[in-house]
Parts: sequence; structure tokens; C-alpha cells
Amino acid sequence: MAPMTATVVAPPLRQRVHWTDRIGNLMLLGTVMLLGIGLIAPLLLILSKALYAPEDGSVSGLSAFGAYLASPALLQSLWHSVWVSVLVTLIVVPLAFAFAYALTRSCMPFKPLFRTITLLPLLAPSLLSAISLIYWFGNQGIAKEFWLALGFSGIYGAPGIVLAECFATFPHVLMILVTALTLADARLYEAADALGTSTLRKFFTITLPGAKYGLISAAMVCFTLVITDFGIPKVVGGNFNVLATDVFKLVIGQQDFQRGAVVALLLLAPAVLTFGVDYLVQRKQTATLTARAVALVPKPATSFDAVMTLYCIVIVALMLAMFFMAVFASFATLWPYNLTPSFTHYVSGLVDAELGGAMLNSLKLAACTAVIGTVVVFIGAYLLEKTRGFDWARPLVRLMAMLPMAVPGLVLGLGYIFFFNAPGNPLNVMYQTLPLLVLCTIIHFYTTGHLTMVTALKSIDAEFEAVSASLKVPFYKTFWRVTLPICLPTLLDVSRYFFINAMTTISAVVFLYSPDTKLASVAILNLDEAGDTGPAAAMAVLIAATSAVVTLLYMVLGKWVERRTQRWRNPSR
Amino acid sequence: MTRQPRVSEVSVTGNSAYLDLQGIRKSFGSFTALDDIDLSIQRGEFVCFLGPSGCGKTTLLRIIAGLETQTTGRILQAGRDISVLPPAQRDYGIMFQSYALFPNLTVAQNVGYGLVNRKQTHAQIAPRVEELLTLVGLPGSGGKYPAQMSGGQQQRIALARALATSPGLLLLDEPLSALDAIVRVHLRNEIRDLQRKLGVTTVMVTHDQEEALSVADRIVVMNHGVIEQVGTPLEVYREPASPFVADFVGKVNRLQAVAEGDHWFRCGSMRLQTAPGHGADFRPGREVALYLRPEDRVVGNVRDDDPMRCAGTVRHIEFLGGNCLAEVDVEGIPGQPLQLQYSLNQMDEFEVREGASVRFALRADRVRVFPMGAA
Repeated sequence: MAPMTATVVAPPLRQRVHWTDRIGNLMLLGTVMLLGIGLIAPLLLILSKALYAPEDGSVSGLSAFGAYLASPALLQSLWHSVWVSVLVTLIVVPLAFAFAYALTRSCMPFKPLFRTITLLPLLAPSLLSAISLIYWFGNQGIAKEFWLALGFSGIYGAPGIVLAECFATFPHVLMILVTALTLADARLYEAADALGTSTLRKFFTITLPGAKYGLISAAMVCFTLVITDFGIPKVVGGNFNVLATDVFKLVIGQQDFQRGAVVALLLLAPAVLTFGVDYLVQRKQTATLTARAVALVPKPATSFDAVMTLYCIVIVALMLAMFFMAVFASFATLWPYNLTPSFTHYVSGLVDAELGGAMLNSLKLAACTAVIGTVVVFIGAYLLEKTRGFDWARPLVRLMAMLPMAVPGLVLGLGYIFFFNAPGNPLNVMYQTLPLLVLCTIIHFYTTGHLTMVTALKSIDAEFEAVSASLKVPFYKTFWRVTLPICLPTLLDVSRYFFINAMTTISAVVFLYSPDTKLASVAILNLDEAGDTGPAAAMAVLIAATSAVVTLLYMVLGKWVERRTQRWRNPSR
Repeated sequence: MTRQPRVSEVSVTGNSAYLDLQGIRKSFGSFTALDDIDLSIQRGEFVCFLGPSGCGKTTLLRIIAGLETQTTGRILQAGRDISVLPPAQRDYGIMFQSYALFPNLTVAQNVGYGLVNRKQTHAQIAPRVEELLTLVGLPGSGGKYPAQMSGGQQQRIALARALATSPGLLLLDEPLSALDAIVRVHLRNEIRDLQRKLGVTTVMVTHDQEEALSVADRIVVMNHGVIEQVGTPLEVYREPASPFVADFVGKVNRLQAVAEGDHWFRCGSMRLQTAPGHGADFRPGREVALYLRPEDRVVGNVRDDDPMRCAGTVRHIEFLGGNCLAEVDVEGIPGQPLQLQYSLNQMDEFEVREGASVRFALRADRVRVFPMGAA
């Protein structure tokens, strides 16, 4: 069989590549190219724009960069961004920790209900809470007097931003902390009980250290979300400038791309830092948990459970008040004079303003992202985890898949302008088209989808591919018959995540639409800017309603898939 | 005489070897996982790779399977050079410790997984699957899902799946390690019987010496990426080629001694002569270690003039069920207590209790001698 010259020589032997494996390798190369075009190239262009030297050659790129950085306006925005973000983090993390503690360590009733209500803000763009705030405490707000009595001069500015961000970030922080507190080893508490440890001491010696990494991670995520968010400061910020709104004003308002790029880099810095810390923390987190850990089951304790229930009711009431104020206002005929419910804002504010197309565009974007994004992310993760060869490309893909988490949407969108609007780029036909919006959205939310898929794939026996090869079954058949069916529920989860985020995202796509591809979430921003707060609220409610309906549809689909394809998980013996 | 039986001697004797590994080396960066492995396996043979974790046994199996690629070296299977062939172009069936059964497919679909791809019709596959299930003792369970079966049953299904395509070589990667002790013993005998019946050449990786001794035709003892010894289970047990093998396979006493020439050794105030052919002679004055298994002693009818006669005091008894290990301080060999094996009946017969005096004779013909510090 083998050629006669197959003698053993110095360089290490390389296995001949089977043609089916070549398919996998080629597709891995495709993933590299996709992430290269959709992520790396735009980011590199931001860097080069920020360091761009003026044409007259009077100053070098670096000193121009330095000059922008040192401008007082920018320094002020930077300071604003940082303290607002820190303040929100300091408020939200303890509140969410107490809530997560109640959900995981108490025996209070209605846990699923509480949990579901806290997830409500995720269904709408983050600026929904800002719009609600205006109806509560704005110039015509129903509780304006209360707000002024608290000593604030008004809702616009830092107080409004902080309050709205607290509501917007709460569900994100809560999810992380619930996960961290769920991963508790009951044996530690039993050992502590056996040694007669007090409740307080158990909390400080077992609970807190156990949730330490979750707390760090939650704080980082909260800080990053606030500092990179631009919808809320745009709506309730007033004259209070932050970095995110600066980017928008510089790029859209003044068309000053270079200065915009410099600010974008500033935004990227804290995000990259938190991303790095978070990554290290996550790695440690997995290492501290053993497979032998026994799940902790909370024991009833009447007074503690009652306090926790009360606390959760207060938080949930606040969230409902926030959410339903926008709903209520969107149906009010003429705020605040005529509160009779009507569809005025929906009909004259949206339909007559020809914003139905925007809704349709959003649905198209969400549907395309949900389908294409899921397929791309799943195949990428599969190739990474389950195929062999092309070892040089694997760390590269891993890194590039993690990177989008650290890139704020605004920065990504700006990079897309630079890259896809460049005259020399053959891809510039995509500029302002739906496909580009889809690409941008997939990349923007790539990391979470990727990590979910990787986790699911890692839980599948690593030897399936080896067994298949020994049985002469090509990898794609095993992919189709085994891996894909096992992963279907995860695929649905990721797909839903993509859909909801595509519906509600603003930051990246705000730079990339044309009148034909305008999106519903961006329309909220434009309506609000034009003073049409009523229709803006109506649009936000419409998006939230769509997300809610789609979530329900996904749940139904999930049940169906489970019945049809996951019967093997709990077969009747 | 401590010379290792070189494996190459076997391969030189003919091209009849079914699987021939020549100079296999595997390095991961600067770490050498396997160093110059030569091994020939005959057709129909059951070979065990035995060694502690990290000795390279699994790496060697995965190289044979093509799941890893050796840095250098050649692999011939049935005369065909498979050194750089991808797994799909090699001829073997494999079974992993994790079973690696496809959980979403039924047992029948699992077993028939490799057959479907061979363009066989459903009518051809169904009876073959049932035949295989009968072979592994699970007839009629084709419609179940793996999650409905016990660990031992799942491993049998994995075995049936590996055998379905009638491969020339069966590779077993620690197949029994995840099972309960009783199921493990049961299943290893079944695997052995099945292997005999089908005559398929089999390589099994294990870290369990008892398992290797009970099923293998030949055992390949490995340590730190090299082969320490290749031999039948009896050879490996009775005539360990190195201190490592003596220590790893079975229990052994290790006594410090000094060579006196002509196969004579002094251990404390005792002198003993090993049988010719049980270890090289050492020049007088050389420090050596004597290796003696706990059962290599005579307890009844010890003659007074037996030069190997010893007396001692029992310090401690370890109860192991049918047998006991008595730790004995031997007169004349201070500081080097010996572990001696007594059956439960012998314990009564010779009144072996903690603190009791015992008389016995060492079986010098079983003593193995290695230079000091070789372990």
C-alpha cells in the first residue's frame, strides 16, 4: 500500500488527511474568515483611524490622538462615564445579590413568578426604562413632586441615567449571581453545622467565598453594560455627557470620524479590561467545583423566608411599575391631560408615520439572525470542539469567538462604517443593507451563543468522533445523526437569544441603517429625539410584546422538540 | 540474566506478526510520552498494555488507532503500512472506558451504526445486529435506549458495536474501569471468552494488574514511556524483568543484601544462594536487592538443616479474606520485616497470631536479584 520510500526521517510524522476531514478543515477556515471580516478588520480600522495623521503632516497620528484625549470635554465625559458606572454597580450588585440569595437559599413562595418578572427588562431595548422614568418623574411626570422632594433638581442627567441603568442591568446581574449561588456544595454547610457554626459565620466563610467569582463577574458585567450603553443616556441624559453619547454625537452629528474613533477606543479599554478579568475569574470558578458536590436544598425558616418574600415583592413591584408605566403611557391618548386608553400613538404615531416598515425590518433582522447566527455559531463551535487538524487555527478561532463580548456595540458599529464604507472595499455593496445588519448583529452577540454551544458540545462524549472513524462513518453523518439531535434544545436557546437581542439592540446598528433598512429599536431613539415620546413608548412596548410572543413560541417549539427528539433522555425503563 | 527479553527477537523470527510496531516515539513538546517502542502482536493474540497512569499505554493504543500520530516510527497491520493513515482507513473496532454509546440512538441503531454506512440493506442489518446482541448476551434489547441499560450492559453494547464490522483488530481502552468490582470480573471473563471464540486480535489497556494477569495471552508492562517487560502473565509474575515490574505486578518483599559471588548473597546474618538462571551474578561486595513474593516460602515441614530456615516474630497481621499477610521480624535480618502469606487455614494450623513465633523457610529458587537503586 504505502510507497517504498516511506522511511522514518527526522521531521515528525503527519497523518494523511482523510477527504472528509478536509471538509471540516475548510469550514474551519471559513469561520476564521467570517470572524476576520466581521470583527477583526473593523476593529483594526478603528485603531488606524484613531491614529490617523492629518494630511498636512503638521502633527503625527499619535500626537493627534493624544491631543484629543487631553481635551477637557472628553475628560469630563470620561469622568461622568466612570462614576456613573461605578455608582450603578455599587447599587445593583448588592440588590441583585439579596434577590438571588432569596431565590436560591430561601423557601419563599412564587419563586418562578419573581424570576420571570425580573427578566422582563430583557424583552425590550434598555431605553424602555428611560422612557418610563420620564413618565414617572419627567417634567410632566405623575410623580415629579416626589422626585423633587427627594432633593433632585430633575430626572434628566445623572440621576435619571443611574436609576434607569439600575433597572436595565438588574436582570443581567441577577442571572450571574443566581448561577453563582446555585453552585453550592451542601456538604460544606453540613460540615459547618456539625462544627456548630453560626449562621452569620457560615455566610461569611462559605456563602460569600463561594460566590466570590460570581460577584466579581457580575460587577464587571454591570460596569461594562453601563459604560457602553448609549440608549439610556441619550434619552434621559440631558446635557450630561458620557463617552457613549459622545461617540454618537461625533460620528452622526459632526461626522468627525477620527475623534469618534479615539473615543471608541476609550470605550473599548474598560470593556477589554473587564473581559480579561472576567475570563480569568471564569476559569477559576470552574476549577473550584467538583463533580461530587451535593446540591444545596434550602430549609424552611419562617421569619427569614417572610423577610425575603417581602424584599422580593418590593423589587418586583418596582420593576413592574417601571415596565408597565411605558405600556400605560403608550396607550394614553394625550399625556398627561387625557389618560383614556386608545391606540392613538400606535396608529398615528407609528403606522401613519410609516414606521410599520421599521417593525418589519426588525422582524426580518431578528429572524435572519436567529437562523443564520445559530447555524454559524453552532457549526463554528462544533468544528472547534469535535474535529481534528488545522491546529494553528483553533486558538485563533477561540480568541476571536471570545472577543465580541469585550467590544461595545457602538465600537463595532463604528468599525463597520470604516470597513464596509471604504471605497476600495469590494464588500461595500453590503453597506446599509440588511445582510450587513445581520452580520453585525451575529458578531455582536457571538460570544454568548458560542459559549453556550461549546458547553453543550463539551458535555457530549469526546470519543464519538473516534468511534465513528473506527466504524468508517464520516464525521458529518455523526454530526447529523447524533451531535445535532442531542444539541437541538441548546440550539433553540441560542436562537431565541439571537432573536430577542436582534429585536432590542440599538448600539451597533444605529450607525448602519439606511431609510430602507431602518429598525424598530432605532426608531424609538429617533421618535424620542423628535419629542414624540408617546409613539416612542408605543414602539418599545411593541418590541417587548413581540419578544414576549416569540419567547412563548420558542417555549412551545422547545416542548415539541423535546417530545419528538429527546425521548432518550428519560426513557421509561 | 536481568537482561530484558527484547521484543524485537519475536519480530525477527518471522513476518507472521499481525501488528508490528517499529521504533514508535511520541513527544509532546519536550516531554517524551513514548520512547522507541518495538512490539509485535500475533494474529488472534490477546495483549494487555499494563502500567501506572501516565506510563504511555493509552497514548500507544491511540497511536495504533490513528487518534494520535507518532512522532516517528512505523506501524504495520497485516503487512500493510498504516503509519500515517487516518483512523477511517485503518481496520479496527474500539471500545472506550466511557462506552461512547450514542445516547439518542437505540441499542440496535448503535450496534448497526457502522453497518448502515456499508450500503447494506435494512434486511441484512437487522439479523446481524440481533446476532451481535445475542453474542454479547443481550438478545432482544435492540429497541431500548442506552440510558435504560446498566453500565455493564452498555459496555457490552459498545463491544457489539465495535465487533459489528468484523474488524481485524479490537482495541479496548480501559473498558472495565468504570464498572463495579463484581461486574468487572464477570465482564472481563466474557470479553476473554468472546475473544477466544472470534479469534480477533485484541489489545487492551489497563492499569489493573489482576485484570491483565487474568485475561491476557501476553502482557506488555510499561513505565515512563518505555516497555519494561513483555511476557506471558506467568513470566511477568514469576520472572519480573525489572524491580518496577516486580513491584507493580503483585506484592513483593524487598531485602537489601550484598553479593558474595557465585550466586551467593548475604542479607543480615543470613546467606542464601539463588538458583542459577534467576538473575545475573554480581561481583562480590556489590549491594543488591532481593525480591521475594509473600507466597514464596515454605511453612510446613521445615527441616532443621534447611539453610533457608528462618524464625521470627509476627508483628502485625493484615486480613485479606481467604489469605492473610503476616509481617514478620526475622531473626538475623534486623530492620527488614518480611511479609509472608498464609492461608486462613494455615493461620490456624501454625498458630500465627500477632506476637507469636513462626518458623519458615525462604524459597531461594524464587528469589530475584536486582542491583541496588535500580528501582
